[in-house]
Amino acid sequence: MLALESVTYRYAGATRPSLRDVSVAFGDGEVVGVTGRSEAGKTTLCLVACGIAPRTVGGTLTGRVLLDGEDTAPLPMHALVGRVGMGFSRPATQLSGVAGTVYEEVAFGPMNLGLPRAEVIERTESAIAALRIEPLAARDPRRLSGGQQQLVSMAGLLALRPAHLVLDEPTAQLDPAGTRLVGAALGRLAERGASIAVTEQKTDLLAAIATRIVVVDEARVVLEGPAADVLADPALEGFGVAAPAPIRLERAAAAADLPAGAIARLREAAAK
Amino acid sequence: MTAAALLTGGLLAPALVTVVGVLAPAVVARNVWRLARTALLLTLPLAVSILLVNVLFFPGGQEVIFAVGPVRATVEGLRFAIETLLRLAAISGAISLFYLTTPPGELAVDLERRGVSPRLTFIVHAAVQTVPAMVERAAAITAAQRARGLDTEGSPWKRLRGLLPLAGPVLLGSIADVEERTMALEARGFTRPGRRTLLWHPADSGGQAAARWLMLAVVPALVVARAFGLLDWMG
Ligand SMILES: Nc1ncnc2c1ncn2[C@@H]1O[C@H](COP(=O)(O)OP(=O)(O)OP(=O)(O)O)[C@@H](O)[C@H]1O
Ligand SMILES: [Mg+2]
Repeated sequence: MLALESVTYRYAGATRPSLRDVSVAFGDGEVVGVTGRSEAGKTTLCLVACGIAPRTVGGTLTGRVLLDGEDTAPLPMHALVGRVGMGFSRPATQLSGVAGTVYEEVAFGPMNLGLPRAEVIERTESAIAALRIEPLAARDPRRLSGGQQQLVSMAGLLALRPAHLVLDEPTAQLDPAGTRLVGAALGRLAERGASIAVTEQKTDLLAAIATRIVVVDEARVVLEGPAADVLADPALEGFGVAAPAPIRLERAAAAADLPAGAIARLREAAAK
Repeated sequence: MTAAALLTGGLLAPALVTVVGVLAPAVVARNVWRLARTALLLTLPLAVSILLVNVLFFPGGQEVIFAVGPVRATVEGLRFAIETLLRLAAISGAISLFYLTTPPGELAVDLERRGVSPRLTFIVHAAVQTVPAMVERAAAITAAQRARGLDTEGSPWKRLRGLLPLAGPVLLGSIADVEERTMALEARGFTRPGRRTLLWHPADSGGQAAARWLMLAVVPALVVARAFGLLDWMG
């Protein structure tokens, strides 16, 4: 379990905290969706959860970040690598920049860990298989589509075998096809028992993959619960998050005074 | 090779270095045309100016070929220009040959295998790899800005002005990238102290090793030979 305990975090030079008294837990085998309007603090929450803030970006943190019950405060960044993996939203900036093939790109993390060569190969190949990108293995990662690149960088994270994954808007720059690819991959990763925290503004995707949802607004957690409950919560739109399309459809139908049968038929039609 | 070209003076020597040290390996690697093109592109402006300045303004030139007003083209100037050009050919040929025959990935892996710090090789490697990425990004932004009616074609002056709005996004984009890139690298353990695992070793034949030693040995040999005046016969 990866947990934040009353965490308040302020970026270096910022006048107010970007996280205020935040307590959340990401349990093993759980996909937790983190959502909220722009500037709410989602990315900051990811950076703090995986230890990049304050280690790499500076700033001040109070409260505790617990990794399987252990306080991470004394651990340096490289000690967290392999325990928490962090993915970013822009596919291209996550590539190592030095790998000529997808295979080497995925192997980059395990190589950095100085693992025995045979283990690097084993991890690389199983990560490539887990994301079903075998056909891309020999391609140049810089010449892939954004969606494919995002899968490659997820494979790169997976090859580090972290027990916890934190992904910041992995589909933000992807088209619907790329979004589906990543969404399906996330589902498969959760089955392997890792805890996954994924920030996302697309609630339709969250409805499909998240077991629990945390809503952040103005640096605080404002709503939290099982995915279905949070997504149907009328307060959601007040925090700048649009409900999934089926729920909006239902509300629109109810507001227009359509008979109940019509709503069911509309839903069927929308599902097709 | 570059060092050899600088050390040997005269006409004959740099020509010899170019042929033996650059052209011959290029023929073996079947790369002559690409090599010639790269080397030419690299040095053409420099070569033209060397030729003009030296032929026309060589100080103390006696044998005048032709004169226009105060400008006199001299034989001494021409000779010096050709000498310099031959050296330039050897140098640019050597650099181009290196560039064309050495994939950056192999160079980086090999440097690292030989104990050079991974961070240093990363910087070199990533820099080399980033150039095409920046070119692509520039092309994408140009296309986007042209779509919004910006002039990036036409007269040189117009094109230059068109470059200004391009510079911002390309540079700022790269800087914003750097922060996220750094975080992504750290999250993948790049800053972990200690040795990294290397997956493969670039092919390195006995012949390649011998050629490297030969090249290394030739340079001090030339220094000594030149110091003792043994190369004066070459012109
Ligand atoms: N490096 C930084 N230095 C100072 N302040 C920052 C920094 N990064 C973000 N902030 C501020 O912290 C707050 C939260 O930003 P954050 O990036 O976490 O939002 P977000 O929810 O991820 O937004 P988005 O949906 O736009 O990605 C914002 O007010 C932002 O201006
Ligand atoms: Mg964000």
